Amino acid sequence: MEKLIYMDNHATTPMDPRVLEAMMPYFCEKFGNAASKNHAFGWEADEVVKNSRQLIAKSIGAKELEFVFTSGATESNNLAITGVARMYKEKGNHIITVVSEHKAVLDTCDALTHEGFEITYLGVDENGMISLEELKNSITDKTILVSVMHANNEIGVVQPIKEVGAICKEHDVLFHTDATQAIGKVRIDVNEMNIDLLSMSAHKIYGPKGIGGLYVRRRKPRVRLSPLIHGGGHERGMRSGTLNTPSIVGFAKAIELADKELEAENERTSKLRDKLQTALSTRIDHTKINGKLDARLPGNLNISFHYVEGEGLMMAMPEICVSSGSACTSSSLEPSYVLQAMGIPDVLCHSSIRFGIGRFTTEEEVDAVIEKVVQSVNKLRDLSPLYEMVLEGIDLDTVAWTEH
Amino acid sequence: MAYSEKLLDHYNNPRNVGSMDKKDKSVGTGLVGAPECGDVMKLQIQVEDDKIIDAKFKTYGCGSAIASSSLATEWLKGKSVDEALKIKNTDISTELDLPPVKIHCSVLAEDAIRMALDDVRSKQDDEG
Repeated sequence: MEKLIYMDNHATTPMDPRVLEAMMPYFCEKFGNAASKNHAFGWEADEVVKNSRQLIAKSIGAKELEFVFTSGATESNNLAITGVARMYKEKGNHIITVVSEHKAVLDTCDALTHEGFEITYLGVDENGMISLEELKNSITDKTILVSVMHANNEIGVVQPIKEVGAICKEHDVLFHTDATQAIGKVRIDVNEMNIDLLSMSAHKIYGPKGIGGLYVRRRKPRVRLSPLIHGGGHERGMRSGTLNTPSIVGFAKAIELADKELEAENERTSKLRDKLQTALSTRIDHTKINGKLDARLPGNLNISFHYVEGEGLMMAMPEICVSSGSACTSSSLEPSYVLQAMGIPDVLCHSSIRFGIGRFTTEEEVDAVIEKVVQSVNKLRDLSPLYEMVLEGIDLDTVAWTEH
Repeated sequence: MAYSEKLLDHYNNPRNVGSMDKKDKSVGTGLVGAPECGDVMKLQIQVEDDKIIDAKFKTYGCGSAIASSSLATEWLKGKSVDEALKIKNTDISTELDLPPVKIHCSVLAEDAIRMALDDVRSKQDDEG
């Protein structure tokens, strides 16, 4: 097989060698438990965890003690939502979130309905954006939490987080955002944006897998959480378990690099994305770009190629590693719920491909992807009875299909 | 998910891709599936003296759907109508070693075969 091209940086990213280098001493030499308060190994670990925590917190305008380490964004989302729900249940039982959230948010909210909570799911428009008006109208005196993701993992659209924060503050409701995809690409200030809880993950920003964190506001208001993991009372009781020192060091290094290189990297990745987008939508007919064009993550391109099926297309270009909203690529056999929520017809959901350009994507790779995608779409359209019918002038909506 | 070599061969080198004149009395067309479900198969056969002398397909769908219909056309060519009716979806799924979530692709191929056979039979019956 030809050399593989990785263009699925929303799923995960390769670790930056500089991150690995920073982590190395913390496996075999500096292996202490940060909770060992009585000897030098423990002090050493405690010190580096403290510095890492400070650096990560500072990158979003927060204080050291406002950041809790977790195993990743899924756990952070679970802890934020379930933790708030159980802690504030006397105050109210209503939570507001969005239909296009990650499953870690949606399934957590769904699980809470069995504990008597009521969930309102805000819709999204054809661009994937929420309506601030709908948010305002959904808040009741029982609402305790609003959870709106910062940037979407499929279509890359960036929600108006600052405006959402302002509305939540005005109504005295806690605001959580899943910023997993936004970190390292969008400058975030939790105070300016009135964010009370924020989930993040290291492996989406060229850090190690299995480490993430949750920002939990300590002042105005002081947010309290009911823990999900009980034990030694680590992380001020919010998340027990020995701290993963090497990964925490890697996480901090990844944040440091992302912070330092954010603007330059965004400029580079958005240029590559634009090149890919322009080439694919001009060289291939009948395409549709999914998601708002002017409020998107720089490396994201989600595009549907009419009359070819996403998984079939991916099989035609096995050296190119991307994702599809096609049902065939998901275990549920349902097409992407994010695209469906935007009102995109199922047939176009099946035809969608998500490209995720990242720090290590080169222009040569983008050029190779363009050629391969054009060639593969043409090949599959030669095989496609739908494309043939369209060329014959048949309106596909008038055909009596046999649904199965 | 790892696909079998036979499946990949049919996907990468699909046999008998194309279309026939569906108005031709000797041609039977089977069009099954739906775009919103992610699979549409068009399978055509040409029958003369109760024998399938040619078969063609076009498929919109995943790799397993394309391979299932390609294999179906290969099997159909040269068979009598009665022999063709004996092709079962399990024969296709076994030959291509389809993973469980892709069994519906072989079911679709069987449906397409039957529909094409029905179509040509009804045309030839009309002819009397």
